[in-house]
Amino acid sequence: MKLVQRPICWGLDLVERVLDWPFGQVWNPLRHLGALGFFMYWIVAATGIYLYIFFDTGITAAYQSVEYMTHDQWYLAGVMRSLHRYASDGMVLFMVLHLLREFARDRYRGVRWFSWVTGAPVIALLFVCGITGYWLVWDQLAQFIAVRTTEWFDWLPIFGTPIAANFLTSDMLDDRFFSLMIFLHIAAPLLLLLVMWIHLWRVSRPKIHPPRGLAVGMFLAFIVLSLVKPALSHAPADLGKVAGIVNLDWFYLGFYPLLDYWSSGTVWAAALIGTLTLVLLPWMPPMRRAPAAVVHLDHCNGCSRCADDCPYGAVTMQPRTDGAKFDLEAVVNPTLCVSCGICVGACPSSTPFRRRRDIATGIDLPHLSLADLREAVGKASVGLVGDARVIVIGCENTLNGNTAGDVSTSYVTVLCAGMLPPPFIDYVLNRDLADGVVVAGCAREDCNNRFGNTWTEARIDRTRDPTLRRRVPRERLARLWLARGDRGSLGRRVSAFAETLKSLPKLPHKGDEAPVPPVLRKSENTENA
Amino acid sequence: MRDIAKYAGQAIVLLALVAGVGFLASSPAYQHFPEGQALIKMTFVHGGQHVGGCRRRTAAELEEMAANMRRLMDCPRDRLPVVIELDVDGQRVHREVIAASGLHGDGPAVYYDSFQVAAGAHSIAVRLRDTDREEGFDYEGSAEFVLEPSQLLVVQFRPEAGGFVFR
Ligand code: HEM
Ligand code: SF4
Ligand code: SF4
Repeated sequence: MKLVQRPICWGLDLVERVLDWPFGQVWNPLRHLGALGFFMYWIVAATGIYLYIFFDTGITAAYQSVEYMTHDQWYLAGVMRSLHRYASDGMVLFMVLHLLREFARDRYRGVRWFSWVTGAPVIALLFVCGITGYWLVWDQLAQFIAVRTTEWFDWLPIFGTPIAANFLTSDMLDDRFFSLMIFLHIAAPLLLLLVMWIHLWRVSRPKIHPPRGLAVGMFLAFIVLSLVKPALSHAPADLGKVAGIVNLDWFYLGFYPLLDYWSSGTVWAAALIGTLTLVLLPWMPPMRRAPAAVVHLDHCNGCSRCADDCPYGAVTMQPRTDGAKFDLEAVVNPTLCVSCGICVGACPSSTPFRRRRDIATGIDLPHLSLADLREAVGKASVGLVGDARVIVIGCENTLNGNTAGDVSTSYVTVLCAGMLPPPFIDYVLNRDLADGVVVAGCAREDCNNRFGNTWTEARIDRTRDPTLRRRVPRERLARLWLARGDRGSLGRRVSAFAETLKSLPKLPHKGDEAPVPPVLRKSENTENA
Repeated sequence: MRDIAKYAGQAIVLLALVAGVGFLASSPAYQHFPEGQALIKMTFVHGGQHVGGCRRRTAAELEEMAANMRRLMDCPRDRLPVVIELDVDGQRVHREVIAASGLHGDGPAVYYDSFQVAAGAHSIAVRLRDTDREEGFDYEGSAEFVLEPSQLLVVQFRPEAGGFVFR
């Protein structure tokens, strides 16, 4: 599997890095592919409603009504038609890229299987939408599609008479079949929306809207395309002739040539194998399944921060069962938990300022507990020398095993940047374990666990609980959100940060209640700040 | 300045993206059917004769059957396969034995196929057998056509219209 994922990843990383320059991390379209899919859907839906006003639903008049829209009313209906077509194409494009990206980034297996598997009917329905859409124009392309599709379906032993026989001669043509296509072209998109909604059931706070700037830019670009290259019809359908050359829309109709080269049965077999492969992919080896988060009721006060922050809605707040004076307690649903640890970072009980044997928190990960984390931070400080000692705490994706360090730098790996409870930063500086802390994680809008970097930023900026104490000198803290292709620069960026530490006045140290340093400005070392 | 460059960069990327979309939305063109050729499509749904004749049940057999199922005649439901032949310009282009459809072989034979021929003048002959005769055919049809490039000639079999219909 890695062999397939790696080249896709490499390609995506490259494009992502290139696009990071003009767009910045936050607007980079590759980080909003799902949301762009939704955006395209709304464009298609809105333009579709407009087109339907002028569309004549009779098979003989349909073509003329589309011609009217394209030529007589080109400035509005024509543009709408073009937008309708091109945004539909965009939807396929963004969907395919989104699928590849989730696959390459390994976000399709384990508890994420649900989003993956519900993606399959999305693909199927999208194709039904596109193919029926081209059918409605009833031009030579539509004729080609009608004949080829029905011939293909006739291979299935379900129709008594070949349905392709409906398209032999013009006098056999009837409105009934055409009406069925119109019906499908309206029903399929509605069903598609439903399935897209189901697709997101297990994703909490799904990103279904691209950032406004990106949306505006994208929309304008599609308008330009619609004006420069308006969508046109072929010549009207003529069943007495075989359409020789057709201008296929390769996004939706790209597989039709296969029907000319392979038998219908082979194409059905290919479709079946493709679907099965896609749907079963989450259960193909290597199987990896980290243990789910566990709640320790004696440290849980029912504050629901973990439930708010969990990116997969795996934590719910339920009535207290242990008789404690709080109303609620956190409960983890293991079938939803991806073991990111973001809940650990959210819990107010997650503090290292305790004696060793007391260190425990309300919600913890069995395979990398809060106690393990404090131990790792303690170890990281051992042997650091100089006046620019830095402890880098980074997510496993960003550090990616590069944790060698040197005399003044050492690395601590967490599962996700969001796993780091803010008091740990305070702890490192307050206990003089290092002169500076770097928190490193995935690029903005691109956290492998969706919100790790976002919540960490907000906690440090004190806009989201649990907040980082004011007394923590922010100039001794750097946040590095690195695009995947940019991970190699981590060492360099850490050194640059270490340099800035040398010129800072020494910190007064020791003791929990050290004096609070003067009011601090936001760290300069933030990517894209 | 840097901002302008970034916006310009965004514009270039987005325009390149939609240019790609616009291109693939209708090109490259696909040659579905070669130039200078015409197409003959032959299709029918036709039941062959029932296999063998009917047989009179014996009194003992009738006695054993449930009262509501008792029928004097025992007629097999299976149908014979339909044999079809197509000649173009005197050359055999296709011959096929089409089995009856249905789980019990009691449905009609279903046929749909296409044949590509060069445009131009052709004589076309079709034959169909739906009985258990050893030789010859039950239906025959033939006609002369001058087929234009890309023209579609439909050959149907409709016994109610007297046999083969060309259009
Ligand atoms: C046009 C069709 C589609 C749209 C609009 C769409 C949209 C979305 C959105 C908005 C998200 C949430 C992203 C986030 O907030 O982090 C998402 C997640 C996901 N999608 Fe899709 N999707 C589509 C098709 C597909 C397909 C075809 C597949 C694969 C077969 C797929 C696989 C996934 C997976 C695995 C996730 C979960 C990612 C995670 O858990 O981190 N999607 N999709
Ligand atoms: S580990 Fe992550 S997915 Fe699991 S409950 Fe905690 S925040 Fe949710
Ligand atoms: S964040 Fe901690 S204290 Fe709050 S509900 Fe979750 S486990 Fe309990």
